[in-house]
Amino acid sequence: MSDKKKELKPNTYKFDTLSLHAGYQPHKNAGSRQVPIYQTTSYLFDDVDHAAALFNLERGGHIYSRISNPTVGVLEERVASLEGGTAALATSSGMSAIFLAVMTLCEAGDHLVVSSQLYGGTVNLFRLTLPKFGIKCTFVKPRDTEGFKKAIQKNTKGIFGELVGNPGNEIMNMPEIAKIAHEAGIPLMVDATYQTPYLCKPFEHGADIVIHSLTKWMAGHGSSMAGILVEGGKFDWMQNDKFPTMTKPYEGYHGLSFAEEFGPTAFTMKARAEGMRDFGPCLSPQNAWNVLQGIETLSVRMKKHCSNAEEMVKYLMSHESVAWVSHPSVPDHPDHELAKKLLPNGRGSMIAFGIKGGKEAGVAFINNVKLASHLANVGDTRTLVIHPASGTHSQMDEATLKFAGLSHDMIRLSVGIEDIEDIKNDFEVGFRAARKPRLVSNQ
Amino acid sequence: MKFRVNNSEVYASTGGRPFDKKKPLIIFVHGSGLTHMTWVLQTRYFAFHGYNALAVDLPGHGLSGGESLKSIEEMADWVSAVIDAVGHKEASLVGHSQGCLVTVECTSRYPDKIKTLSLMGGAGAIPMNPQLLSLAENNDPKAVDLMMDWAHGPAGHFGGHPVPGLYHINTGTMLAKSRTIQNTLGVDFRACDNYKNGFEAAKKIKCPTLSILATDDKMCPVKEGKKLASLIEGSQVDIIDNCGHMMLLEEADRVLTVLKKFITTNYPPLSS
Repeated sequence: MSDKKKELKPNTYKFDTLSLHAGYQPHKNAGSRQVPIYQTTSYLFDDVDHAAALFNLERGGHIYSRISNPTVGVLEERVASLEGGTAALATSSGMSAIFLAVMTLCEAGDHLVVSSQLYGGTVNLFRLTLPKFGIKCTFVKPRDTEGFKKAIQKNTKGIFGELVGNPGNEIMNMPEIAKIAHEAGIPLMVDATYQTPYLCKPFEHGADIVIHSLTKWMAGHGSSMAGILVEGGKFDWMQNDKFPTMTKPYEGYHGLSFAEEFGPTAFTMKARAEGMRDFGPCLSPQNAWNVLQGIETLSVRMKKHCSNAEEMVKYLMSHESVAWVSHPSVPDHPDHELAKKLLPNGRGSMIAFGIKGGKEAGVAFINNVKLASHLANVGDTRTLVIHPASGTHSQMDEATLKFAGLSHDMIRLSVGIEDIEDIKNDFEVGFRAARKPRLVSNQ
Repeated sequence: MKFRVNNSEVYASTGGRPFDKKKPLIIFVHGSGLTHMTWVLQTRYFAFHGYNALAVDLPGHGLSGGESLKSIEEMADWVSAVIDAVGHKEASLVGHSQGCLVTVECTSRYPDKIKTLSLMGGAGAIPMNPQLLSLAENNDPKAVDLMMDWAHGPAGHFGGHPVPGLYHINTGTMLAKSRTIQNTLGVDFRACDNYKNGFEAAKKIKCPTLSILATDDKMCPVKEGKKLASLIEGSQVDIIDNCGHMMLLEEADRVLTVLKKFITTNYPPLSS
């Protein structure tokens, strides 16, 4: 017998296995191999004592599907497991997840530091809607790491940004910005919709709260709206007096202190107990199930999304009709090295490119592609295109567009998983149409 | 709530209700490297039903001050001191894993103070795997990952947390990594490994005792739990199927139901 002792290794399940199984135990669900859709509003109490126990958070369980639902619960655990988080809370959309995260963190009079390169709807939430609740924001360009530090005020309660900005593909230096946030005693919230946990796990790089629009790559098939916030569990809410709603007795639950009672899951518990109760942006069980179907194939799809995207980058960079291409895989992309560190499994399938001929050419291109769908979504299995200045970001004025890094010649491309040659052929049709108006105007 | 024992600040969750000296006291003692938060699905119930439920953070753990105690015997004396510090003369004890060693030792040392004893995932001895012990004492996070792997049964590895949205293994990992591993888990594992008095202590216990064991418990297997229970006169045993060592979370409802019946029968609450 060999004396050599076998090295101990944890045998917890890996990503692909968790994508299929996490959060669900068939033996507790009549042996159903597939996750059942609990299409119900409410749940029987065993007796009055049981009802009181559920309302007092004395025991786990479901009361009303606005607060929680067993099918949605499987999705929440599954995403928490994939992200390496302690807990998650699913919502009706990505926007409601962001709103819920902010309202769980902030009160009137508070301030947030926010990356300037965000989805247009998110920009409007931070710029126009949150001030109506007394929450003010300072916008900082995502590459201006020091700018995040300078923008922090006494009443700042957090930093928020998209890891890879929509639509310009500028990447936040998440580890450095996390350090800045933590030195100031505030959490970093990251919207990682573009990445999914397959490409990046933000908790490993210092993020404290991760938000996804599950509508995109996680669900992946363009069928269902859903969002989620995930908690990392490392942030110490009790380290300072900035978060009294987390650390002081909460009148709404018999004087409960979320941080003392729930520690690494306190943020999610508060978001559910308070936010879902009072705002109610709950996810339907059918949509939760649809998202679960998508997550089962997440890694398979993301590999294909990323390989197709890299092919499209090469194609676009060598194309005579293209003025510029922005994708983190491009060696001269300003964040190329950072992307290698943060996105080791692939740089994502969002490409921004400039079309020669400006806005007029962009419009012609989009009006003439046939395979690529012109719509306001990303992360579908199908290839999608849009002209942000006239679509997703059209509610911004000129100055805001410029600050957000948008230009009128920019096309946003979400690369699907079709055969790559078919996508390229379709784009040729679009480019030919885009060149025609200029030829006409030059004559 | 916070109070002082042996000149160090102690944190104990009161389950969301204010401490009331008139109510009977139940003290919950956590396992190696963990904190009061492992008890959240038991303490809140008792706190709302006529008891003072104190889920303590052992010294040097969670929100308590001081340094981790180096032996099970010291921890047992410390639990007795907690009863004194909060102004009670007696208490019911509930322990998990290492907390079982502590509460068994405490009950044998202070038989007049301890009215009932509830053990979850308990054994008379918990010898440590030398590699695991070494990893913990060298502050290697792999020690926590291994503990979380072994502490959850096959079903628990998939999740299925009773509180919607919470994921067992990652939550446990964060609790165990919330303070310096070598100062909590490392010291606790060494204390468990050194403790040899469990079976002798068990023979001295005369109060009503309950052991909750789980079929998939790799850390304190059913046969070890039964061996300990067999030495305690009149001890009750409840075995949970498809469950690992973290039964207080993996099967929180079942644990609470059994615990509730046992404690309310043998140590009644203050009726309102």
